[in-house]
Amino acid sequence: MSSPATQKSGLFDCRDAYVKTLEALGAADERIVAVVNDSVGSSKLGGFRDKFPERLINVGIAEQNMVGVGAGLANGGKVAFVSGASCFLTGRSLEQVKADVAYSQANVKLCGISSGVAYGELGPTHHSIEDVAWLRTMGDITVLVPADPWETEQCIRAAAEMDGPVFIRISRMGVPALPRAADASFTIGKADILREGGDGAILANGTMVCRALEAAETLAVEGISARVVNMCSMSPIDEDAILAAAQTGAIVTVEEHSVRGGLGSAVAEIVSQNAPCRMKILGFAGFQPTGSAEFLMEHSGLTATNIAASLRGLLGR
Amino acid sequence: MPESRPRRGQTLAERAAFVREQARWIRKRALRIVFEARQGHPGGDLSATDVLAALYFDAMRYDPADPRWQARDRFILSKGHATGALYSTLALAGFFPQEELTTYMQPLSRLNGHPNRNKIPGVETNTGPLGHGMPVAVGIAIAAQIDKADYRTFIITGDGELQEGSNWEAAMTAGHRKLASLTLIVDRNRLQQGAGTEDTVGLDPLDDKFRAFGWDVVEVDGHDIEALLPLLDGSTPHDRPLCIIANTVKGKGISFMENKASWHHGVPNAEQYEQAMKELDA
Repeated sequence: MSSPATQKSGLFDCRDAYVKTLEALGAADERIVAVVNDSVGSSKLGGFRDKFPERLINVGIAEQNMVGVGAGLANGGKVAFVSGASCFLTGRSLEQVKADVAYSQANVKLCGISSGVAYGELGPTHHSIEDVAWLRTMGDITVLVPADPWETEQCIRAAAEMDGPVFIRISRMGVPALPRAADASFTIGKADILREGGDGAILANGTMVCRALEAAETLAVEGISARVVNMCSMSPIDEDAILAAAQTGAIVTVEEHSVRGGLGSAVAEIVSQNAPCRMKILGFAGFQPTGSAEFLMEHSGLTATNIAASLRGLLGR
Repeated sequence: MPESRPRRGQTLAERAAFVREQARWIRKRALRIVFEARQGHPGGDLSATDVLAALYFDAMRYDPADPRWQARDRFILSKGHATGALYSTLALAGFFPQEELTTYMQPLSRLNGHPNRNKIPGVETNTGPLGHGMPVAVGIAIAAQIDKADYRTFIITGDGELQEGSNWEAAMTAGHRKLASLTLIVDRNRLQQGAGTEDTVGLDPLDDKFRAFGWDVVEVDGHDIEALLPLLDGSTPHDRPLCIIANTVKGKGISFMENKASWHHGVPNAEQYEQAMKELDA
């Protein structure tokens, strides 16, 4: 598999899978509504609005209100998909997410669009590299970070089926469709081993999964067998899969998120207390300088080359 | 259809007399649980009590045996700290046993200082941080509008609480969407935690503010039950959301508490408690 940076064809915008799934769910279930903060375009919800005009609620540029309105719609019996740029949906409305959604156990599905550093040059105000850390600490909200269109669809369907709060991180960065078995299934709380290996493990989620697979291929050529585990479900998290990965003796985590509080931290919390092993956490160290999303990922070593180098380093090879 | 409204009496005077008796019970019970817990927010409990009693014992339809009945009227206490009054009201209305009120704020009691909908039947959303009730109420009213359902949504906010910007985001949405099923009662006791609202960040003219946001506004004495009932019982149809500015007295009913900011979260000593109970019985 070639790098997303160089392979422009065959890449997918996960927002398309999100809205296609939401429209299908909306056609089958009148309870499905979408709530937006003037973000019909950036959430790609124009089609949903045209099909179900009464069920697209645009509250304007008012994120605190948007999340509270979502909780109210859930109280009235709706399944509310609340969509906005992840940086504003989570950051601006964090207390509404905490009190109205997570603590209240409202049946609200928060869809954080264009998460991570997708907004590149727009800068740290528009990056969302803290969202998983913020929401993961609440415990009472399911946190999902899908890696490709198929998984995005599964996340949206699983969120709609369950009664309770969910946060789904939906990137706009082009990602390839990951290779999967025909009978692949998705379960909240279960990690997905995409490639077996025993010399070390690469745990990744979201846009980083394809890079982890590419790193494992590179390492295989050198005779290093690296397991690749897709950690879409951040909360609840698959402790068994993490402990099994620790048995290989070396874990590299990689996420389009801050190195503080995200996937790496979650894995370290479990590994350090149960099966300590060598670890390297790849992600963003803090607020990012000016640059495109792809530049920023390279700048912080979120590349297949550096993932491979990191595991090599842990193995002393 | 379950027994949906607890209203007693035919004439306004009869209905008001019934509500007044419930309000007296709520005041006494709220003060008792604050006294026993040695903490709470009695000033704001007492200013909101008459409106709470008017809602739960005249205006609203609900079924305590089926607290999440889809067709129920919804009530949200946005000033979530007034749980002394809220819990006493919910217990009196039959949502949970009155004896349980003695556990208020005790370790592991479900009667937390701020209400939790997942533990206490009759609570619609978890409040406590201010400025959260209005957006949730607006969302409920939008759901009713989509479903063309006839249930109504009531919300009490404090007045100081209106300094939170989220209220005005929600007020703008409610006005824009003409959410006529929504009734906001502002507990206008003119005091916030440490001082008067107008000495802190002034709210007046509050009526003009809500009118400018697309609401119908009426001002009323928030302790005049006979004036409150016709405003809350739905007998006057509206095509816009309704804001009732209820002019109230913080600490209402207890002479030494009335209009004193220090009773926002003050707790009476034994002597004060005894005197307060006498006054409430008078």
